[in-house]
Amino acid sequence: MAVASPTGRVAAGIPLSVAVRESFRKLSPRSMVLNPVMFVVEIGSVFTSVDAVRYVIQGHTSLFSFTGQISIWLWLTVLFANFAEALAEGRGQAQAAALRSTRTDTVAKRIAGGRSARIEEVVASQLRAGDRVVVEAGDTVPSDGTVVEGTAAIDESPITGESAPVIRSAGSDADAVTGGTRVISDRIVVEITANPGETFLDRMIALIESAVRQKTPNEIALAILLAGLTLIFLVVVITIQPFAVYSGHAASITILIALLVCLIPTTIGGLMSAIGISGMNRLLRRNVLAMSGRAIEAAGDVNVILLDKTGTLTMGNRMAVEFLPSPGVNAGVLAEAALLSSMADETPEGRSVVELARSQFNVPNPDTGGAEFHEFSAETRMSGVDIHGRVVRKGAVDTVTAFVKDQGGSIPEEFIHREVQRIGSQGGTPLLVAEGDRILGAIHLKDVVKPGIRDRIVSLRDAGIKTVMITGDNPVTAATIAREVGVDDFVAEAKPETKLEYIRREQAEGYLVAMVGDGTNDAPALAQADVAVAMSSGTQAAREAGNMVDLESNPTKLIDIIEIGKQILITRGAMTTFSVANDVAKYFAIIPAMFVVIYPGLRALNIMGLTSPESAVLSAVIFNALIIPALIPLAMRGVAYKPKGAAAVLRNNLLIYGLGGLALPFVGIKLIDVVVTALHLVSLHA
Amino acid sequence: MTIPGVVGILVLTAAIIALAKPVGSYLYAVYDGPRTWLEPVMGPLERRLYRWTGVDSKHEMRWTEYVFALLIFNLVGFIALYILLRIQSVLPFNPQHLPDLGPHLSFNTAVSFMTNTNWQAYSGEATMSYFSQDMLMIQQVLSPITGLCMAVAFIRGFSRKNADTLGNFWVDLTRTLLFVALPVLLISALVLVAMGTPDTLLPYAHVTTLQGGHQLIARGPVGAFESAMQFGDNGGGFFNVNAGHPFESPGAASLIFQMMIGVSIPVGLTYYFGKAVGDTRQGWTILAAMMAMFVAGVFILYHAEVATNPLLAQLGLHGPNLEGIDWRFGPALSSFFETLTTAVSWGSTAAANDSLMPLGGMIPLFNMMSGEVIIGAWGVGLLGMLAFAIMAVFLAGLMVGRTPEYLGKKIQAFEIKMAVLAMIVPTFVILGLAAWAVSSKGGLAGIFNPGPHGLSEILYAFASGVGNNGSAFGGLGAALPFYTWTVGLAMLFGRFAMYIPALAIAGSLARKQTVPAGAGTFPTHGATFAVLLIAVVVIVGALTFFPALALGPLAEHFQLWSGHVIGGGK
Repeated sequence: MAVASPTGRVAAGIPLSVAVRESFRKLSPRSMVLNPVMFVVEIGSVFTSVDAVRYVIQGHTSLFSFTGQISIWLWLTVLFANFAEALAEGRGQAQAAALRSTRTDTVAKRIAGGRSARIEEVVASQLRAGDRVVVEAGDTVPSDGTVVEGTAAIDESPITGESAPVIRSAGSDADAVTGGTRVISDRIVVEITANPGETFLDRMIALIESAVRQKTPNEIALAILLAGLTLIFLVVVITIQPFAVYSGHAASITILIALLVCLIPTTIGGLMSAIGISGMNRLLRRNVLAMSGRAIEAAGDVNVILLDKTGTLTMGNRMAVEFLPSPGVNAGVLAEAALLSSMADETPEGRSVVELARSQFNVPNPDTGGAEFHEFSAETRMSGVDIHGRVVRKGAVDTVTAFVKDQGGSIPEEFIHREVQRIGSQGGTPLLVAEGDRILGAIHLKDVVKPGIRDRIVSLRDAGIKTVMITGDNPVTAATIAREVGVDDFVAEAKPETKLEYIRREQAEGYLVAMVGDGTNDAPALAQADVAVAMSSGTQAAREAGNMVDLESNPTKLIDIIEIGKQILITRGAMTTFSVANDVAKYFAIIPAMFVVIYPGLRALNIMGLTSPESAVLSAVIFNALIIPALIPLAMRGVAYKPKGAAAVLRNNLLIYGLGGLALPFVGIKLIDVVVTALHLVSLHA
Repeated sequence: MTIPGVVGILVLTAAIIALAKPVGSYLYAVYDGPRTWLEPVMGPLERRLYRWTGVDSKHEMRWTEYVFALLIFNLVGFIALYILLRIQSVLPFNPQHLPDLGPHLSFNTAVSFMTNTNWQAYSGEATMSYFSQDMLMIQQVLSPITGLCMAVAFIRGFSRKNADTLGNFWVDLTRTLLFVALPVLLISALVLVAMGTPDTLLPYAHVTTLQGGHQLIARGPVGAFESAMQFGDNGGGFFNVNAGHPFESPGAASLIFQMMIGVSIPVGLTYYFGKAVGDTRQGWTILAAMMAMFVAGVFILYHAEVATNPLLAQLGLHGPNLEGIDWRFGPALSSFFETLTTAVSWGSTAAANDSLMPLGGMIPLFNMMSGEVIIGAWGVGLLGMLAFAIMAVFLAGLMVGRTPEYLGKKIQAFEIKMAVLAMIVPTFVILGLAAWAVSSKGGLAGIFNPGPHGLSEILYAFASGVGNNGSAFGGLGAALPFYTWTVGLAMLFGRFAMYIPALAIAGSLARKQTVPAGAGTFPTHGATFAVLLIAVVVIVGALTFFPALALGPLAEHFQLWSGHVIGGGK
C-alpha cells in the first residue's frame, strides 16, 4: 500500500502546468478582488491593454509597441502572483488528496445496544459519537474514538507516515485511536467520539484546504496596511494628472498606470498568501497539524514554554552511570554482582546496569545455568538472582538494607549515608547491591539528558524564550537536572494542577505560554495555554484541548513549531519591508521619465542614467514583475531563521531586506534598461 | 556656509536637546508626579476651579468620552471666536475703528486658531482690533493645550494596561493651563517686553519722520500676544510680517528666546513620553530621529540659501540669496528659524519663505508634508511621530518573528487601521485640494506666480493647513473665498481626522495587556530604530509627495541650475 502521508513525501506539489493553468483561472475578478493590491494591477492592465489596442487601430506603431509591452508585463505581474499562490495551494491540495484517499469507507463492527452485545456491520460513515465498535487485528479503525477495552498495537502510518506501530490501551494516557489507522494485533473495543464529518481526518483535510481562506490576525493587519498604501498611491498617481496639466503637458495614462503598479506593494501583495500557505505546509511536513493559522502565529509570539522533564528533556529512563563500592570492596566485584543481579531485569534501568558493567569493567557474560531469577516486583522492590549458592540482590536503599539486616549482616551506615546523599544531590537515584549479608556498594542511576537538547534550550533563550522544566522530582533533583539541561526555571514536585497555575501566573504578567501534553490530566493546562500541542498518542481530552496535534508524538517538536511560527512572520515582514523600500528606486526611474518633457532640467533626477523615458518606465515595470517569481522560492522556503536576540535579527534583516530592498532595484532596473536598450525594445523617440 | 553659521546652528541644536530633560521632568510632575513646586499657588486654584465648574477630577474617561469633551471645548471656542470677529466693530478696545470681518475670513480665522494652525488670511494690524487680537491670543493659549492633552491621553494608552480609560480631559486641560501655560506665558511676556517688544492698549502712533513725512506705526498688546504665539507654537503673528517685525523680534536674542520657549514643550514631551512609559531611552530615540531630520533640513536650507544663484553668477554676482532674509538675523539663523517653525508646526516666520531658493523652500514644505512629526507642535507632533513609530514597528517588527509590539502593546488590525487612516489624511487632503486648486477657476485665480513656483505655493498652503502649521509661502491669493474655505477644511482634517484615530489607538492599547520586554522583543530604542523610523517617515510619509514636488520646487531648482529662467511652465 502506498503510504499516503501528509508529510510531503508524496505531496511534493502539483505539476507546473497545473499551476500555470490555475494562475490564468485566478484572473477572474471574483477571485482577484480578494487581493486588493493585485486587483488594482489587473484593472491597470486592462486599461493599458485597451490603450494598446486603440493605438494599433489608429496606426501609432511606436506607441502601440510601448503600451503593448507595458501591458504584457503588467499582466505578467498579476500572473506571477497568481502562480505563486497556485503553487503553494497545490502543495496543500496534494496533501489533502493524499489524506482523503485513506478515508476509505470501512465496514465497522458496531456493538448493538442492549444486553445482547450483538455485533452488527455498518458503514463507518454511519457511526455516531457514543457508538461502540470492535476492532480486531487487520481491521481499520472506522472513526476516532477511545479504547475502552483491551490493548492493541496500531499502525498509524496512514496518518503520520511513521511506520513503527504504537500501543493503545484502555484506561491509559494513550487510549485514543484515529480513524484510518490499522490494528495489527489483538482486539479492542472503541467508543466512537466523533460524528461523521468531525473526525480528525476530516478536520485535517478541511484545515489543509482552507488554509488559503482563513487569514491570521497578522495577515489581516498586514492586508489593511497594504490596502491603505495602495489607496495612498492611487491618490498620489491620480493627482499627478492635474499637476501635469497645470505644468503644461498631460502625462501618458500608460506611464501613470505603470507608476501606480510600481509603487503599490505588489511584491508582498503577490506573495502574501503563498507565504502563509507554505508555512502551514512546512509545519505539516514535520507532522504537526495546527488547528488554525492563528495558532501557528501565536507560536511565534510565545515567551514561555513548559517542558516535561521526562521524555522531553531527558531520555525518560534512568541510566546507570557509576559503581560505588563499599569500603573494602573491589569495584570489579561490585560490577560483577550488579550485572548478575540485573540479568533478569528487562527494564531500561536494568539493561543500563549490564551495559555499564560490560563497558567499564569488561565483565564477561556469566554462565546462568541453574540460576533462579527474582524479577522486580512491587512487593519486594528488588531484583536479583540465586546462582551457585550466591544470593545477589539489587534494589532501593531501604529494601536492600532491610534484606541484609534480615540475613544478619552489618550495614556500612556511614558509607550509605554519604553516597546516598551525594547521588541525591546530583539529581540521581541510588541503588544498593548486596550479596548475602554484605552490601557491596551502590549504583548511581541518573537521568540522561537527551543529546542536543541543551543547545536548543540555549537557542531558545537567545530568541528570548523562557524555558521551564516541569517534574515530579524533589526540588534537589529537579534543580540539578535543570542546571544540567540549562532551563531558566523549573517546577519540582509538580502535580497535575501545577501546570495550570503556572500558566495562569505567566499569562497574568502578559506572557504567552506554550506547552505539550498528552494525558487527560493535561487537558485543563492545554486549554489554558496559548499554544498547546497535544500528542496524537494522547487521550481524546488532551487532543480536544490542544490547538495543535503532533502526529509523531514527539514532545521536542514544540521547539520546531515555535521556529516555524517565527519564520512565517519574518518572511512576511521581510517581503513587506523589501516591497516598500523598492519604491525609492522606482520613483527615481519613472518621475524624471514622466516629467522631462515638461521640465528638461528634471533629467538630473535620472540618477540611474536610464536610456530614454520609455526604456526607464518599461525597465521599472519589468523589474517589478520579475521580482515576484524571483522571490517565490524564498516565500515557499521561508527566510532563514537563526535563534538570536531580536535586536540582532532585526539589524540583520533590516540590512538584507531594508537596505537591500533600497539598493537592489537601482541595480536591477539599470541592468534591465541596458538589455531593453540593446534589444531595441522601445524606440528612442517614441 | 560660514564657520560661525555652522557652529551657531549646532549650538542652538544642542540647546534644544538640552531642554528635553528638565522640561520633560516638569511635565511628568504635572501629569503623573505627586506634586510640582507650583502646588502651593496653583493647587488651591485648581481645586476651586473644579468646584466651580462641577468637574469630578476623579472621573476617568474612555477615549470616546475624552474626544467628545475635547471636541465640545474646541467647538465652543470656534463659535465664540467666529461671533466676536463678526461683531468686532461694536466691541471695545478698537482704537483704530476697524470694521467687522466677513464670513469667509471669520470662518477661516476661527478654524485656524482653534486648530492651532494660525494660518492668517488677513493682515493683523490692518484687520484686528485689540479686543480681537486678545481673543486670538486666548485661543493661542487654549488650542495648544488641547493638543498637549491629546498627547498625554495617548501616552496613557501605552502606560496603562487592562484599562478602559485614558484620564479626564477637563483635569488635563486645567492642569496644563495652570501649571504649564500660565506661569511660562507670564514670565516670557515680561522677558520679551524687557527685550524691547511693546505692550500697550494705546492707539497706533502717529509720528513725523526725520524727513518730515508722516507715518502711522502700528502697536498694541504685542508682548503678551507674542508670548502666547511663540510658547504655544501658534505662530499667528500680531503683525502681518510675523516674527520678522521689529516689534515682535527686536533682535536676534529675542528671536532665539522665542525659539527656545516655542520648542521647549514639544521637545520636553519626548522625554516625558519615555518617563511615562517607564523607559526614558524610548523618548530619547524618538527625539534623536526628530533632531536628525531637523538638522539635515537646516543644513540643506542653509546650503541652498548661501550658494550663489547660478543665473546671478553668470552676471558676475556672487554671494548668498539676499531676497526675503532679515539681515539682523542672517542666513544661518534664518535657515534655522524657518526649519524649526515648520518642523514644529509652529508657522511663525522671520524670513519670507516664498523668497527662499527653490530647494530651500522645499525644506519647510517637506517638514509639513511629512505630517509635522519632526518635533511638531504641542502634543500633536509626538502623536504623529508615534503613529509613524507604530507603522515602523509593524512594517519591520514582523522581521523579528513576533506579532509586532510597541512598548509591550501588540499592534494589531485595529491599530493599523487607525494609523493608516491618520497617515492617509495628509496625502489625501494636500494632494486632493492642490489638484482641485490647479484645475479649477477659483483655485487658479489665486495664483500670481504661474509655473512650478505657483504649484509650490499651492502645495505649501494646503500642507500648512493640514499640518496645522500656519506659515505661508505667500504669493497666493489666500484671502479668496476658494482658499479661505479649502484651507479651512484642510486645517479641520489635519487636526481632527488625524488625531481622533490616534486617540482611538490609545483607547485600544490601554485595554491590552502589556507584554514584558525580553531578548525576543523588537527593540524600539537605539540607533537602529531611529534610522528605521526616519526611513518610514521619509519613504511612507514624505515620498508620496515626490511627484508633486518634482513639478514644484525640484523642477524650479533643476531648471535654475541648468541655466533656465522660469517665467511660466510652458
